Formats: sequence, C-alpha cells, structure tokens
Amino acid sequence: MNEKILLTGNEAIARGVWEAGGHLVVAYPGTPSTEITENAAKYLELSAQWAPNEKVALETGIGCSIAGKRVLVAMKHVGLNVAADPLFTAAYTGVNGGLVIVSADDPGIHSSQNEQDNRHYGRAAKVPVLEPSDSKEAKNFTKLAFVLSEQFDVPVILRLTTRVAHSQSLVELSPREELPLKDYVKDAGKYVMVPAHAKKRHVILENKLLELAKFSDQNKELNHILWQNRKMGIVASGAVYQYVREALPDVSVLKIGMSFPLPEKLIKEFAAGVEKLFVVEELEPFMENAIKAMGIEVVGSEMFPRVGEIFTEDIRAKLGDAAARPILPTMGIPVRPPVLCPGCPHRAVFYVLHKLKLNVSGDIGCYTLGFMPPLSAIDTTICMGASISVAHGMEVAQGREMAAKTVAVIGDSTFIHSGITSLINTVYNGGSSTILILDNSITAMTGHQHNPATGFDAKGNPAPKLSLAALVRACGVNRVQIVDAFDLKKLQAALKEELAVCEPSVIIVERACALIDKSSRQPVLVANQEKCNGCGLCLALGCPCLIKRSDGKVEVDAAQCVGCGLCAALCQRGALEKTGDE
Amino acid sequence: MSKTTNILIVGVGGQGTILASRVLAGVLLAEKYDVKVSEIHGMSQRGGSVVTQVRYGDFVASPIIEPQTADIVLAFELLEALRSLPFLAEDGKLIVNTQAILPMPVVTGEAQYPTDALSQLEKQASLVLATDALQMALACGNPKGVNIVLLGILSALMDIKEETWLLVLRDKVPPRFLGVNLAAFAEGRKWGLNKK
Repeated sequence: MNEKILLTGNEAIARGVWEAGGHLVVAYPGTPSTEITENAAKYLELSAQWAPNEKVALETGIGCSIAGKRVLVAMKHVGLNVAADPLFTAAYTGVNGGLVIVSADDPGIHSSQNEQDNRHYGRAAKVPVLEPSDSKEAKNFTKLAFVLSEQFDVPVILRLTTRVAHSQSLVELSPREELPLKDYVKDAGKYVMVPAHAKKRHVILENKLLELAKFSDQNKELNHILWQNRKMGIVASGAVYQYVREALPDVSVLKIGMSFPLPEKLIKEFAAGVEKLFVVEELEPFMENAIKAMGIEVVGSEMFPRVGEIFTEDIRAKLGDAAARPILPTMGIPVRPPVLCPGCPHRAVFYVLHKLKLNVSGDIGCYTLGFMPPLSAIDTTICMGASISVAHGMEVAQGREMAAKTVAVIGDSTFIHSGITSLINTVYNGGSSTILILDNSITAMTGHQHNPATGFDAKGNPAPKLSLAALVRACGVNRVQIVDAFDLKKLQAALKEELAVCEPSVIIVERACALIDKSSRQPVLVANQEKCNGCGLCLALGCPCLIKRSDGKVEVDAAQCVGCGLCAALCQRGALEKTGDE
Repeated sequence: MSKTTNILIVGVGGQGTILASRVLAGVLLAEKYDVKVSEIHGMSQRGGSVVTQVRYGDFVASPIIEPQTADIVLAFELLEALRSLPFLAEDGKLIVNTQAILPMPVVTGEAQYPTDALSQLEKQASLVLATDALQMALACGNPKGVNIVLLGILSALMDIKEETWLLVLRDKVPPRFLGVNLAAFAEGRKWGLNKK
C-alpha cells in the first residue's frame, strides 16, 4: 500500500495536479483557496504563478491548455465572478491539455464579502462541476477532472467549500504520471470565437452536456448509492455528505460527487427505492430544484435554511431521532474580533483619516479592518478594486465638494488586481479623487503572497518589480506623493494638500507589513504612570497593546508590543517611553 | 467500532495552536487512527479567536465537533475556554492556560473581561486542569513554549505512549528549538500526571 498522510483539501489538490502530470497552477490568492498554489509551488515539476487577478489567471490557464499541457486555475468564489468572462467562452472552445478551475466557496462567510453558491456557474457556463467531500476525494477528483476535461473537451469546475479546503484527512499518495506535451494545433473554428464559429461550438457544447449527463449516471467514483435503511433517502454532496454520514449512519444516501450535470437515472432509482427523499445542501437549492424538475418529490430547503453552513447537529435535529443538542448560550463573553496587528502600518493611516473626518471608500484586504472601532474609518467595502470607482461615483453624484472630503483606500495587491482600470476611469472622466495606495509590500490578508510589486514570484524567485508610482503616472495622474505610513505629519499634510486640488491625485503610503518586516522591530514601550494622565489619545489608535486600566491610565502589553512608536508620537506628555528590551 | 474521540483546541491568533494541532494529529496518525482536523484560517490570524477541531477513531466522517461532545478542550486562553464551554461533553475534561489576552472591546473599555472566568469554568466543567502555562514555559527557558507545555498536559490525559509524542515532536519542531520544547513537554506532562 502507498503511504498515507494527513493533508488539507488544498494540499491534496496540489498533490493531485502533480500526480496527474499537471504543468501549471495559476491563481490570485483568496481564502479559502490560497494554499493550493502555495503548495503547488513546492513541487519542482510544477510551475506555479500568482496572476494579478482571476481573469488573467484563467486566461493564462486557457493558453496553457490550448498549447497542450494540464493546468489548474484556483480562486475563491468571488474570484470566479472576475474570471466569468473567459469561463463562459472557454466552455465553447474546449481544451487541449486538461483545464480544471477550482472555485473555493465560503458558506458561513468566514472570510469573504458574500456566500454565493458557485455551482450555479457550472450550469450557467455549461461546464461540469465536481464536489469532493474530503481530502482523499479532493486529490482523486482533481485527477479525474483532468481526465474528464480532456475526454469531453471541456473545462471542469472543482467546487470546494471552506470546510473541505481547510480540513485535513488521510490521503494515499501515488507517483506522478509523466505526460508528453500535446501538439499545438491551429484550429480557428475551435479557438477563434467569432459568431460563425461560436454558433457551431454552442451546438457542440450542448451535445457534450448530454454525454456528460450519461457519464454522471455511469461513473460510480463520483455518484453512487449507499443502500441502508430505506425509510429515508438523503441526497448530499461535499462536506455535507460527511455530516450526513456522521448524523445518520444507518440511512440510505445518494452520494453526489458530480453536481452538474446530475445523474438523473441514478436519482430516479434512488427515489424509487426509499420511502421519503431528502436533499441536504448548503446555500442554494441547486440539486433540489434540479430533482424537482425531474418530477421527483423531494424535501430540502424548506427544512434547511439557504443561509450559512449546515452542521451535523442540524441534520441530527431535523432528520434524526435523537434529541438535538442545543448550543447553550454563552452570555456576557466579550467577542474577540480580528484586529490590525501591533505595528501595522495601516493603523496610522486610518487614525489620520478618522481624525480628519473624511469619507472613506474602502477595499478588500487587511485594511478593511479599518472600519472597526475605535478607528471607524471606512464607509464602504464592496469588492476587489471598487474603492476608486465607488469614490468616483460619489463625486459624480454629489460633486466636487464631496470629492474634497473623500478618499479611496486600496492595497498594493488589490490596486494591481482591479484598481488600475478604476484609476484610468477617474482620470478619463474628469474626476478629482484623492486615492491612497497602502503599499505594505505583500498580499497580507491571505497570508503573505508575493505580487507584481514585491519583486518576487510565486516560487520565491526574484521577479521584475512593478513601480506603482510610475504606473500611476502613466495612467495620467500628475499629482503623486510617496509618504511613510508612520510619518503622521507628512501624511496629514499630503492629504490636506491633495484633497484641496481639483484633479486626481495618488498618495502612495509605504511601509512593509509588520509581520514580514521583523527587522523593523524596535524596543518595546512602557507607559510611565506618573506622566500618563489618562487622556486616552493613544487609545484612539485601536492598538491591541495599549490597555486601559481601571483608573483610566494606559498600560503597554510588553508581550505584544513591537515598538512601532506610533502611540509615543501621539502622546502629548511623553508618557510612552522606550525600554531596552525587544 | 470504537467511539470517535473529539479534542477541541481553542486560543488566540499567534499563540501557536496550529503547531499544537499538527503535533497532536501526527501522534494520532502514528498510532494508526483515522484522523480528521478542521481549522478556520483567514481573518482569525489577525488576533481573533482560533478554533481547531481534532477527531479520531476507527472511522471518522465529519471533521467538525458537535456541541456538547468534546471529550477534551485544550484552551490556550481563559476567555476562549469560556467561549468553548458549549462544546464540552458532560463528562469532558478542560485543560486551561490561565493567561488572559484582552480582546479589543476590553482594551478600549467597551466590555469587561470576566473576573470570575476560572470559577465559572470550574462550576460548569466536570474536570478542570488550570495552570499558568506561560510561567511554566518561561521556567523552561522559552516564552513561546506555551503550546508545547499544554500538549504535555494533554498527553497526560490521553492513552498514548510517551515515545510517540517525543517521536512526533522531534519530527515537527525545528531542531534549534527542540531542546527547550522537549523540556516544556516534559514539564507539562509531569504536571498533568500529578493532577489527573
């Protein structure tokens, strides 16, 4: 028997690409999908690339596939919104080397801006959707997805949820299959999607879907029935399948590994063999509606909500005979929300924005936490890159007066992802926004990935370093300032100056993420209790190291303090003093 | 088939709960159990609550622990221990580091850190092993060894031979930190065996 090890779903997918003889994993980081590419980067035989956004990642994947190699493109659920344009047409062109697209969905919204159900993308774009339920299946389905992609000449979506991506379970390892490079064949009818070709390719795609539906009925690795007690039959896929097995180990289950197209014959056989049919699925009634459309009576979303995750105890409570184990209320326990880290350069920026009482159009990243009290500095967060265009729309609605008290705030990686086009839009349409690019030299929120502005690639090798200042100027912005995040006076002066001028301006606020630049650590501070008068000025920073004592004075948590000195810069009485200890 | 055992590890981002769960999972794997582990990343690494769930037995389906079924809760922080109580089984055991790490609402004075946290825990859990693991780690010469001290205590409550723990620790801990971590583990284990 081969070696068995514990892997997360994401690690297992990277392994699956390697074993399947894959060539490239390309992605934009996004929780819960990021570790797929990080782990792929560890395999010598695999290329791994961070793309500036998901659309570019998928287009790179399409090119790699057309040129004859197996490629996996990974993204979080909202990333597929960005990559939807190439997805829908890649379904028409089909593939040469296998093309697998991971959509890592986030039911329960652990780390996202919504909880959309991306199985809908499979049906909308007419590409098959596979749903692994643990790490073993994550690896096996990845390999199967490549085979399926090449056999049916279609991209395949591998749909994960957070619990599959980030849970570890046992995986049996296999060796890598070495595949020869397929020939690059010019075929305009297949790859040039002008109307005349696309009309033909659409017909071909519809026929492929009929064949895929037959495959869905025949492939027992993906879809199969576990016949047990027939009083009740449950249809389930993904992580929920494991919860069903846990809660109701004796009932009959139709395990769905391919949720589009569904195995209609198998579902009919299952429905006919049980007294009552249920479907348990998180978020949308995706399988439920399809089963109802087959004319089969089934109970699903009226029993389980369309919102958030479903857990074992919910299934036990609704369908089991054991009494539900309620979650006892935990009254009066203070919440522990995530915070900007000690020494975080973003804290200084949001302190100033809050102090100047500005309107702030925000974006996606660690700095979104700037909305939290006491900084309370962000007014809107919609999606990647939206800060700049939303600020522009506000100016269009309310005029120059609003622009004079509004800023857009966006991180380095998010700016490259989709802020650039928004900036060009502001310049082109005569806007006068003031835009802050918070350049902390890394994609921090997802766990420190490189991007085009860091000077390193996904494998950690040196790469050309994008100059944000030169790029911004090339977009037509004449007023560009570069300020150190911790230079509060200069930052405030720059903001006042740029808000006052009637043209677009960009302030690039530079300072590396406190978690990567540990060399910048300074001796920790201590609060001199004789000097501190409890004015609370430093507490407005929302630093987790500054603790308000019962007498109103401030104390520094030496275990957490990294000596950034921001609080000392604010204190009017010099009460926050440097010690000698790091 | 034997019953699945549930161990819940709770703490605050940055406390080393992830390494602790890796070592525990490694030990269970070495003992040939079926193991599933679930951890939530993302926003949690910015100083938020961190929860890792470890389940093992002959066969494990779900990686998620149901309310009132945790056989052992290993809490790295007092407030997080309180938060985890709904998951502790009636006869479950609670190991708690008595360190208090103040969450932002407490830091800013909006909320109060419960002063009677430990007595609340002792009232609600059938067995509580409470210690200042930070002091124990410092005594072993490594303030970062809190997680390993707590693993040592956990090992005292589990029916797994010491050699397996040591083997896995040697495998998962970087060599230059191995000495202090083995000392931290021994300290925790000794303390746990005395208290059990």
